[in-house]
Amino acid sequence: MFYRETGQFKASYKTDSAKFPIFQDKLFIWFYIIIGFLVIPFFGSEFFLGAIMIPFLVFTLASIGLNILTGYTGQISLGTGAFMGVGAYACYKLTLAFPDVNILIFIFVSGFFSAIVGVFFGLPSLRIKGFYLVVTTLAAQFFLEWAFIRIPWLYNYNDSGAIEVPQREAFGVIVTGAQASAEVRYLVVLAVVVIMTWFASNLISGRIGRQWMMIRDMDIAAELMGVRPLYAKLSAFAVSSFYCGVAGALMVFLWLGAAEVESFDYNHSFEILFMVILGGLGSLLGCFLGAAVIWILPVIIRDWLPPLVDALTPFTITSSAADLVSDIIIGVMIVVFLIMEPLGLARLWSIIKQKLRVWPFPY
Amino acid sequence: MLKNMIIGAAAFAVAGSVFASTPSFAEDTLYIPSLSYRTGPFAGAGTPIANGFADYFTMLNERDGGIGGAKIVLEECETAYNAQKGVECYEATKGNGALAYNPYSTGITLQLIPKAPVDKIPVLSMGYGLSAAAVGEKFPWTFNYPASYWSQMSSILQYIDANGGIKGKKIGFIYLDVGYGKEPIPLLEKLAPEMGFEWVGFPVGVKEMQAQGATWLNVRKERPDWMIAWSFGAMTPTAIKEAAKIRFPMDKFIGNWWSGAHADLEPVGAPGKGYKAANFSGVGVDFPALQDVIKHVVDAGKSQAEKDDVGKVNYNRGLFNAVIMAEAVRAAQKATGKKGITGEDMRLGLETFVLDEARLKEVGLEGFTAPISGSCKDHEGSGSIFIQQWDGSNWGRISDLIPPMTEVVKPLLADAADKYVSEQSGWQTQTCG
Repeated sequence: MFYRETGQFKASYKTDSAKFPIFQDKLFIWFYIIIGFLVIPFFGSEFFLGAIMIPFLVFTLASIGLNILTGYTGQISLGTGAFMGVGAYACYKLTLAFPDVNILIFIFVSGFFSAIVGVFFGLPSLRIKGFYLVVTTLAAQFFLEWAFIRIPWLYNYNDSGAIEVPQREAFGVIVTGAQASAEVRYLVVLAVVVIMTWFASNLISGRIGRQWMMIRDMDIAAELMGVRPLYAKLSAFAVSSFYCGVAGALMVFLWLGAAEVESFDYNHSFEILFMVILGGLGSLLGCFLGAAVIWILPVIIRDWLPPLVDALTPFTITSSAADLVSDIIIGVMIVVFLIMEPLGLARLWSIIKQKLRVWPFPY
Repeated sequence: MLKNMIIGAAAFAVAGSVFASTPSFAEDTLYIPSLSYRTGPFAGAGTPIANGFADYFTMLNERDGGIGGAKIVLEECETAYNAQKGVECYEATKGNGALAYNPYSTGITLQLIPKAPVDKIPVLSMGYGLSAAAVGEKFPWTFNYPASYWSQMSSILQYIDANGGIKGKKIGFIYLDVGYGKEPIPLLEKLAPEMGFEWVGFPVGVKEMQAQGATWLNVRKERPDWMIAWSFGAMTPTAIKEAAKIRFPMDKFIGNWWSGAHADLEPVGAPGKGYKAANFSGVGVDFPALQDVIKHVVDAGKSQAEKDDVGKVNYNRGLFNAVIMAEAVRAAQKATGKKGITGEDMRLGLETFVLDEARLKEVGLEGFTAPISGSCKDHEGSGSIFIQQWDGSNWGRISDLIPPMTEVVKPLLADAADKYVSEQSGWQTQTCG
């Protein structure tokens, strides 16, 4: 009923191959964009914007990056955290060298540095697959972490080995540093994520994306049909790392404000891999859902479980216990999803949508 | 289907409540957030620190009815020693009228330093964080009483000099290969030629904390006369066990104050006998203040700590942190005449409190630590430390207070502060009268 398609006729190829062929889907997208840009920044508290929405969007972008590589091209990677680090350190060095340049330009440019490093570590993917490739990308993770510690030039010879985000402006508005308001930072991150999601969705449905999926589904068949694995795999590594690099720059510059190597360690690579798995491999919607569940759910549990338990039951629960509870819930969810629905929340949503289409007369 | 919709509605309700304004506390309460890490890789240190910190405030509430007639509201937020969660905790609690933040993690401290002047909430990183924050003129909102890492390192070197001389000796420096561990290296580089010793660095990566075999093979090859450790968590017991394995003389092995807690040496036990560590807070329960904590809090069942844990190194350090906070609150109340104070008042309090011998005796901590007092210029305090030694089952103090080599440390701190400030545009400094 909700997804009644009756009467929605396609009269041209253009409308038939549209991204959202159903009117209701289009409506939803515009609804979310309006909410995101016009409602949340005005009504969200600083905590909601700074500690929930900005990290959620940053992780979404990183998940899109990993999903391009893992979900669409079938190359498993555990180097996401390090590629994010490359973006962050590149952006830091660039903005220190050229303090007057618009910071948004550097956030995008830092993605290219990450892409170059990603392509380099993607080279072995031409020869090896699966588990062996995981080990190479893990090597990238460890090597880059080592580099972030051992090359003092990267953190500008700071005694504490951390990068501190300086205050920078874009179009006359303070965007980074402690003076930047949560609303501004949120809007910048949201704009970047919306633009890059739109770009990714076009890339995926175009020639390059189809090549990636052919490689994923059966590389030998793809090769026989004229797909060159070299270009397909390396372009996937490049685009994926580009997204991760931009996400890393956003993470440090617009969310955390300072970072040590710890912020790019392998735990983050795993965290983002879990987002992709839980959200849905090979789905952009899944990236949003996965990031939402893995980042927002624990925040809500940590902040709302102790007062809730306090108010409703005679027991009290400490903050550290709530933290463990959220870890347990996320862990159980990952296991349950791997067993029950390997394609993640995105698949669940598409099932719901299908049911809504035929409701109330299932067949 | 209906079930899905109910779940959806519930989710919306929860999301909606996030928008709701944060609860505000009454006028005459003192809201102090505690960023604890009772879980995660460093929980062994984090739990007693959080307990000591909480128990002292609970004791003040129980015994005196708070500070200056205002009740203390302590709220714990779990960070698991993770910087991202730390920032989340900061955002979640700062709106409640937080007086000051005690991040208990270098990573979180670095992230809060730029935020402090904007939100007008001071950061007290007691004996950790950025050494340069000791320069009050450049960092009006950040404090690292009672000593910075550089002061501590200079005191340790003086201790070595006083116990057999340092000239011509070779000193091994084993450190956790992150910002924290690397922090004292500039001082070693500066002092090595001046004091006439040679130093060798042995970095240990976070992932190799519990696998230091290769590192200690190198130590054996280098044959240092003394070893200094800048370790944390599981790294310390591993280092001591490995040192015992290569028969390194334990009494020539000195850890810094994060490498010398009960939690670090208890897993080692007797083989660690003789190992030394720096410290700035007294060990044991033979202080009136600690007896009060046991009486009013621990025995009354109002603490998360076991009675045996009271008086151990990290517990006492958390308690000492609370003492400094409480003294700063008192000073701020006295200066402003208000019961309930703000973060700005607290900053003033942290710059004006006086914890001298007489006051230490008054609060029941005579001989617990070196006297310190707040000042506008010097956010580090006296910086004196003492050396303690492990006797196989407990720590015992073996040295007098060792003041730092101020004339060497101060210029280094000033340079580092200048460098930090020069990279920030629009950084707010202050002039001290």
